[in-house]
Order: sequence, then structure tokens, then C-alpha cells
Amino acid sequence: MIELTIDGTKVRAAPGTTVLEAAREMGIVIPTLCYYPGLSSYGECRVCLVEMVKGRGRSSLEASCALPVEQGQVILTSSAKVKKARRVVVELLLASCPSSKTLQCMASNMGINQVRFKIKPRECILCGRCVRYCKEQMRSGGIGFTGRGTARRVTTAFGHTPEECRNCGGCQWICPVCERACTADSLVNGLCGGCQNLAHVETCEICTGCSESVGAHGHTVY
Amino acid sequence: MQKLRSIAELERLRSRILRRRNGTKKYVSVCGGTGCHAYKCQDVASALEGEIRRQDMGSRVELKVTGCHGFCERGPLVVIYPEETFYQRVSPADAVEIVSRTVGKGEVIERLLYVDPQKNRVARSEAEVPFYRKQQRIVFGKNGLIDPTNIEDYIAMGGYTALPKALFEMDPEGIIEEIKESGLRGRGGAGFPTYQKWQTCRSAPSRDGVRYVICNADEGDPGAYMDRSLLEGNPHAILEGMIIGARAIDAHDGYVYVRMEYPLAVKNLGVALDQARQYGLLGQNILGSGFDFDIKISRGGGAFICGESTALMASLEGHIGEPRQKHIHTALKGLYGRPTNLNNVETWANVPVIISRGAKWYSKIGTEGSKGTKIFSLVGKVHNTGLVEVPMGITLREMVYDIGGGMRNGKKLKAIQTGGPSGGCIPESLIDLPVDFDELTKAGSMMGSGGMIVMDEGTCMVDMARYFTKFLTEESCGKCVPCREGLDRMLDMLTDITEGRGSEGDLDLLEELGGVIKEASLCGLGGTAPNPLLSTIRYFRDEYEAHVVHKHCPAGVCKALITYSVDEAKCTGCRVCARECPEGAISGEKKKLHVIDPAKCIKCGLCRDLCKFDAILVSWERWEYD
Repeated sequence: MIELTIDGTKVRAAPGTTVLEAAREMGIVIPTLCYYPGLSSYGECRVCLVEMVKGRGRSSLEASCALPVEQGQVILTSSAKVKKARRVVVELLLASCPSSKTLQCMASNMGINQVRFKIKPRECILCGRCVRYCKEQMRSGGIGFTGRGTARRVTTAFGHTPEECRNCGGCQWICPVCERACTADSLVNGLCGGCQNLAHVETCEICTGCSESVGAHGHTVY
Repeated sequence: MQKLRSIAELERLRSRILRRRNGTKKYVSVCGGTGCHAYKCQDVASALEGEIRRQDMGSRVELKVTGCHGFCERGPLVVIYPEETFYQRVSPADAVEIVSRTVGKGEVIERLLYVDPQKNRVARSEAEVPFYRKQQRIVFGKNGLIDPTNIEDYIAMGGYTALPKALFEMDPEGIIEEIKESGLRGRGGAGFPTYQKWQTCRSAPSRDGVRYVICNADEGDPGAYMDRSLLEGNPHAILEGMIIGARAIDAHDGYVYVRMEYPLAVKNLGVALDQARQYGLLGQNILGSGFDFDIKISRGGGAFICGESTALMASLEGHIGEPRQKHIHTALKGLYGRPTNLNNVETWANVPVIISRGAKWYSKIGTEGSKGTKIFSLVGKVHNTGLVEVPMGITLREMVYDIGGGMRNGKKLKAIQTGGPSGGCIPESLIDLPVDFDELTKAGSMMGSGGMIVMDEGTCMVDMARYFTKFLTEESCGKCVPCREGLDRMLDMLTDITEGRGSEGDLDLLEELGGVIKEASLCGLGGTAPNPLLSTIRYFRDEYEAHVVHKHCPAGVCKALITYSVDEAKCTGCRVCARECPEGAISGEKKKLHVIDPAKCIKCGLCRDLCKFDAILVSWERWEYD
């Protein structure tokens, strides 16, 4: 077993597990989008960033979903550096996919009250979950990425439905973002703000943050 | 040609070549680099060839079309050996005279010599040209002496002397130890100690014992071309380095990943590979040592991101060229999941030099933390542009004023951009900064692959940051969010600022965004992409504020923020500007005041450049004037 420290607590994890898995085992909430258990880790969305302390005052941000545990590793999952980076990343995601309920909820949980970047709706965060699901679980490979940079998108080869596609609908089912539309009527500063206004409920004393909807003021129930 | 099967055979071949050339025979070296090709050096070469034949000098002189000599500014270059007479800006019409006078009678043709504009001194040989004087060309120097398509040239110049030493006199650990002692750091930009990579790769477990070495020739920085020139001009140095590296790591397969946009490099490399195989320097049982190694060329499609190690390997395997997380280094698990050692072209070219001349000698060059020399492509607003190889630790002042020959048009130096698009800007105040890996990083820039762009006061730093951010936005693979979306939004904001739509708070947001892109991106491209922005904000914040708050561009570059007008006191009514204005926006009679019509003016600045009386004012000058 490998021993590492996450948020000041010493933990043991089997070799080959990721920091994300080890942290979740402890009940620590780390938001994720492109990660899905059973699919290969991709490290695209960067919302699962954690701070890896390297000593001598140095540290780096790493995507926990793709970071394997190592002996003696020191990880911080909610340091100021992590929070700042995650907030900017979610803001950037919202700026390209403002109608996603998942992202709106995530933003309200992080206390984001404004999207400061130009909104250019693309309605896909290019997390590649569908691409990996199609290839790794359905053994099909009917969809993939094309284009570079902002021109990147998920599509079938040459825009035709390929023979490989069995119409399983897996790609839609596994989509974390775009398939769940936010039902808010209008967005203010790129945010629906609806979830932030929901009533807060007292949390139990031994709260482990078991659901993804941990608000800025504790747990909320929708 | 029969394969060489031992050191003795190689040495016999070498002395045979040297005897045949017996040292005294003259040769004319015409620079055949891509830069001189643009100046039509091939016409000069064929004119010289025809002239040599016509004057029946074939037995006394040999013509060589070599690789890049470095001084691209003054091409086409011709050097006549052994006198080293250096001619620049040669045209095909000069061929008759060069052959009859210089080659035939040993006379020097004055008008083709280089004249140092600063001291008005004539340089007869390469060594007298100030551009070359401060250089130490241990890697790049052979470029001008050898025909890259002829392996015998390389052998005659002492090439392939390091290889037998590495194969027969040293064990793999010994080679790695030698590289360690030399202090060689990766020339691709990051400056990672080369020996450490080799060591890791050598000791990494491989399921079937297969290991790879790769040469990274995917050079994509705008304005940088040192790797191309090395590949074009001296491919065998790189091959020799790779064979030595492969022996140290115990690899038997190598790749050179080179851009498709470098046709001459691909061609010369292919020729070099064929010849090395013919001579038994590649393939099975190299020089009878029992060591097998061969190299394949892999041509890249021209994506900037494919210079990143994991993206390069993905592309080499036939996948999309995009990087992956590097928690497991490529030295442990790289190409096809095997331990792989990737080095830059220039790093590989340094290896034979170190092995043949010794680590002790090599480590005397350079600074404490950065040993050896580095090739820079010195471009921008200096007199002498081209490729320069200098010892590490040389100051920027020496680069700009001694080698570069100072600023053009008497303008003032403003900043130097080092490290290519993802490097940073170093302001004029830090001109005495020694150039090495650590000092440049401390100043907020980086060594990068060695681009060095000198900018004068006519350069707008905001516009410069916008230009490089645009390049990087287009070249981002688009895999991770901070780089794809972050750079795009950064470009939007910078464009807004240069077009007068900037608002207060933009600078803080840009800095915050830049910091996050730097920290949160997946690979080195995103990790360094905000450098142009962050370093210019750091050193030229007032210029940004001028754009955002006062809506004017102090350098007079950002078109949306400037207007041109005529200075009533200075205009003589000479009609030069009115005649040359491409839009016909300037009116006025002879010897009377001229007027610029702002509706027609496209702000090209031609009138300002043409006016001999400094009578064309840019907006803020107008305000100061009024």
C-alpha cells in the first residue's frame, strides 16, 4: 500500500489508484466533468485540479483524475490556489456552454456570481466522455474529435453516420453537460442564479459532503 | 562503397579522402541554406559552376553548395577557401570575376566584401566580420564547410570520430557520465539535464527490451530556424549524436520527427541516412562493434503542438497529435509504451562534440548552470540578422550591439523577445542580463528553442502580445479547457484593448486568467502560453494603461487608436506624401500646407515614413503639440 497525505490526513491507497479515487474514498468532494469511472482518464476539463506540494515552497496544480498516488505525496484539495483555478476554469466552461445545468450548479456551489469572459455558446465542453465511452465500452469508435483549438468538435467521420454506430445512445447518456439543460428563463452575467437562491438545510454534524451539490454555505437540498 | 567494418577501415577512408583533397586545393563554398535560397543562391552556384568549367579551372577549384552559414541578412554568401575570402550579396553576374580574379589570381573583389556600417571597416574574411567575431561556433561552424549531401565531407572534417570512441573505448555508463560532466542541458527549451533523461531511459524497465531514441525536429516557432539549418547543413552530426545516444541507452531504433514544411531538411536527412547505411555507420553491426541501430524519418504535418514530447509520440504512432498527462515520463513509457528518449536537434548535434573533445573542455564554455553554446536566431530590428552560436552567459547587449550590429534606422531598443511565441519580453533596462537558462527564466522569459526578436520603439507591446497569443490560440490542440477557452478569451480581450474597447479591470482579469492558464493547463504549451502577456504587463504596464485608459497607442501601431495629421509649422508642401498615399487621402497644392482626410486614411504610416521634415504627426503627438 502507498501512503500519502490528503488535506493533512494520512491515507493508504493501493498502487495504481488515482488521487481522485483516494480522496473520494475519504469522503472528500472533488468536482469532476470529464472523469467517469470505468473510462480512461483524460484530464481535459481541469475542474478536478488539486495542489501537489513539492517542498521548498513549490507546488503545482494537477488533474487528480489522472494523477497516480505516490509514496509520500502531499495533496491539498481545497487550497486557495486550487479554488481560484477551479473557479476560472468553470467560468471559462460556462462561457462556452452557458445553458448546462451541471455547470450552472457547479458555479453556484463555488460561489461564482459572474462570468467575466465573453460568452460564445458552443454547447459542448469537449470532455470526450462520449468519445471514450464509444471506443472503450461499446468497442465502436464511431465518433471522435476533429479540428484543432477552438475549432475542435466531436463528430463522426466525414459527417456521416458510420457503420460502427449501433444507435446505442450511450454518447447521449454519458454526456455530463450539454444533455442536461438549465431550465432558467434568462441568464444574468452568464448565470441562472436559480440554485443559489434555494433554501439551505442544516447539515448533519459528521457531514462528509456526500453529494456533489455542496454549496458555499453547506449542503443544500434541491 | 563497401561497408566499413572497423575503426581502422574508417581511419583509412578518412586519410584517403584527405590525401585526395591534399588540403591545398581551393574550394568555393556557396551558402545553400533556405535563407540564401530565397536570394536565389542556386543561380549563383550554377553561374559559378559554369564559369569554373568555362575557364577550365575544374582541377584547381571545387564548388560546394553547403548548408546555412548563418549570416542570412547578407545572402547569397560565397566564401573562398583556404583564404576564407568572404563575399556577400553575390549575384550570378559576379561569377566571372570571382572565378578569374579571386580563384585564379588570388585577388580580392572589394565591392563584394562586407563593410561594417558602424566603423566603416572592410572585412576580408569571415573572421573579420563583426557578426561572426563574438561567436563560438562549435556545433554550427562546420555548416559552411561541408556539402551536406556528401558524407565524405563530414568525415574529412573530423566527423565520425566520436562514434568509434563511444562504441569501442567507452561503455554506456561511461558515455552517460561524460554527458553528465559536460553539463549539457536540453536545447529544445526546457533545459532539462540531458544525462538524467538518458539515465532514466536506460534503467527503465521495458517489457521486451525495446527502447527508442527520437530527434525532435518539429521546430515551429515563428522566426526560429536553427534546427532546420542544422538538419539541412550538417545532418551527419545529428545522426552521429543519435547513434551515440542509442548506444548509451541501449536502443536499436530511432526516429527523426521532422516537419513536412522543411523539404530541404527532409531531403538532406534522407540522403545522409542512405549514405550512413552504405558506409556501415547505421544498420547492423556498426563498425564491427556488434551494435545495431537504424533511424527512420517521420514527417509531421506542421502542428506546433507536435513539438511537445507526448504529442509528438502520439503523432508518430499515427494518433491525433495531442499531449497526455506526463505523470509517467516518456523516458519510462513513451513511444508504443516503451522507454523513449527524446532530444532536440541541437542537443543531438552537441553530443559528438562533447564525446570527441571531452566533457572537461566542453564544461569550460558557458556559465555555472548552463554549459556550452547555444544557437540563436537573431531577428528583428538589428542590422545583422541570422543564426548565431554563442557561449552561454553572453549578455543581451553583446548580442544586440556587437553581433547584431546595433539598431536599425537609429531607433532606440525597446525590448527583446526570447524563447519564441511562448517566451517573454525582456525590457531594455535588463540589457546586461547574461543569456542562460536560469537567468532568462528569472526575468520572466525563457530560453525556448532560441528565437531572439529585437524590437525598437516603434513596436507596440500590447499588439506584440496579441500577435503571439493569436499564434498560440491557433496552435493550441484544444484538448484542455484553460488553454483552449482561456487563450481564446485572452485573445478577445487583447484584441479589444488594441481596438480601443478595453475597460478598466481588464488588466487584472488578464493577469488572473494568465496565471490560471499557466498553472492549470495540461502541457507545456498552455503552461507557457501566457508568457508574452504576463511579461509585457510586468514590464510595460504603462503602455497597457495608455491603451485601456487613454485609448492611445504610444508606439503608433494600433490603428484604431491613432490618427495622422500634418504639422502646420513643418510642412513644406513638397507633395511627396500626397503623391505616394495609396488611398489618395492627402490633398494640398505645391508649397502649401497639406491636409489628411481622416475618412480616407487607412493609417498605413507611409506618409510618416516618407516625410523628410517630420511633419506627419500621430494623434498623441498632436495633443502634446496642441
